[in-house]
Amino acid sequence: MLELLNSHYNYYAVMLLLGIGLYMLIESRNLVKKVIGMNIFQTGIFLFFITLAFRAGGNPPIIEEGGGPYVSPLPHVLILTAIVVGVSLTAVALALIIRIYTEYGTLDEDKLKQLYYD
Amino acid sequence: MIEQIPVLLVVLPIVGGAVPLVASLVSDRAGWPVATLTLLGQTGLAGLLAWTVSTSGTVSYAVGGFAAPYGIELVVDGLSGAVALLVAVVSLGVLAYARQAGPHSSSFYGLYLLLVAGLTGMTVTGDVFNLYVFLEITGLAAYGLVASGRNASAAVAALKYLIIGTVGASLYLLGVGYLLAATGTLNMADLAAKLGEMAAYDSTLVLTAFGLMVGGLTVKVALFPLHTWQPDAYANAPDTVSAFISALVSTVSAYALARLLFSVFTVEFLTAVPVARWALVGLACVSIFAGSVLAVSQDSVQRMLAYSSVSQFGLVVAGFAIATPLAVVGATVHLLGHAVMKGGLFAATGIIERKTGATTVNGYAGMGSRVPLSAFSFAVLSLAMVGVPPAVGFVGKWYIVLGAVNAENWPVVAVLLASTLLTLAYFARLVERLYFAEATIHSEDAPAEAPVTDGSGQAVSFGMIAVVVIAAALAVALTAAVPELQAMLEDTLPPLLNQ
Repeated sequence: MLELLNSHYNYYAVMLLLGIGLYMLIESRNLVKKVIGMNIFQTGIFLFFITLAFRAGGNPPIIEEGGGPYVSPLPHVLILTAIVVGVSLTAVALALIIRIYTEYGTLDEDKLKQLYYD
Repeated sequence: MIEQIPVLLVVLPIVGGAVPLVASLVSDRAGWPVATLTLLGQTGLAGLLAWTVSTSGTVSYAVGGFAAPYGIELVVDGLSGAVALLVAVVSLGVLAYARQAGPHSSSFYGLYLLLVAGLTGMTVTGDVFNLYVFLEITGLAAYGLVASGRNASAAVAALKYLIIGTVGASLYLLGVGYLLAATGTLNMADLAAKLGEMAAYDSTLVLTAFGLMVGGLTVKVALFPLHTWQPDAYANAPDTVSAFISALVSTVSAYALARLLFSVFTVEFLTAVPVARWALVGLACVSIFAGSVLAVSQDSVQRMLAYSSVSQFGLVVAGFAIATPLAVVGATVHLLGHAVMKGGLFAATGIIERKTGATTVNGYAGMGSRVPLSAFSFAVLSLAMVGVPPAVGFVGKWYIVLGAVNAENWPVVAVLLASTLLTLAYFARLVERLYFAEATIHSEDAPAEAPVTDGSGQAVSFGMIAVVVIAAALAVALTAAVPELQAMLEDTLPPLLNQ
């Protein structure tokens, strides 16, 4: 059990981040905190991909004589792209939140719901 | 030249989308002409591509010269060719509506073309991670477009859409990670081969990947109970945007779901893991019922149409999950037909609201004589959606039911037949109000309710009405094109379905 914890701690961190992110996303009533939760959720996924690339005793993937075994460079590239996507999503979300705040004067989801349906 | 078309289809709208933003420094009205020119080119290229695919088979292109499976591959077969053509034609058609209906800003047309690029990219890509990127491009453009309504409620709807949509796309990305861990590749064809070689369809890794990817995409397709973003987004967006995204965004996501089922996991997976197929069919059936029931209980016409989409996409996904050749042809026909019909219906609600101020089911009473052409088109599109022959809605549903009968999947047959009755329940109510009920809104008290959407002038142009009439005509005429589509799918489907 302890050995599994030792060798797989990254995956526990992934699960923790996914859980925290999703919980904040659903449970928090503050819209900005929801967006933060969304970011934490995505960070969990990024960590998952990066962990996939790891191999024990692997070298940086710069091909040279007798340089192997290498870690996989592919997940890093994918996550660079995904980070860019995440940043754009956050930007759009915050822009929408600013518009909502100037119009309704609140960031609280419950109050917003009352105003929204009236 | 031919093999470059798939990548041109993505690049052209992205480049075209940047032009209105730059041109807005000089003129504020440059957006529409630029978008029209770009999409005319797009439609021509997509038509040429679809024709090439139907005569000489699959076209593929290795992006950047990196050969598959290491590089990103764009693959166009009969199925994706048909969807790419649909995206081009519908987006061109909606432009004729946007000319008068607005919004008129340059940034609107930039986003509009970006959405076309994202949708086309999702259609032509042969790489699961690339699909994620295009899914998010589509999403970002769609959130922006929904928020372009003048009312602040549009921003609330867009934020809701953004948060739910991002969770869906992130789940899909997590599923891609699981698949990468299982096989070490991202190319769709290579994934299918590797998964087949490993013969480990029921391993936890592959099952989890399937669950996450399909779950993520069903959020974007808006199947019940993951549809909650959709009615708010459709009802609060400007009319142009409602018509556009209701016609295309869910449609292309459903196409991506089919691509995932047939090109990545393959039919053997569905056979080897019956619980996966049952889960998908079950979800689709629940969606058909719940969508219809929610649609019947709506007061606002646009929200009713949105819930109707939930139900109709249940039908399409059920067809794909049954995965017999007839059912898949039926699901494809209904996918394409639904795009034209739902886009036309939303466009018609926009016209009726502008002319009379009617937005609710009761408000539609007696409007048959006030806006004869739009109301008639609305009625035709409604009946086509119910599946009255000879409209295209009938052909799609008929093939899906035949496919389910062939697969001897009787519970699904029962649900499919009942769904037609349920669809009739909410559309017949509207058609009856339009023609046989005493008017509740009279011309003098119309303005009290009128300026609800974006308020950019309430005039209705010839182009707007033409779009609705053409959509209604297409809903019937497309039936004639079904044999063509079948011929196009003839080369594509058998390898996918292992026939």
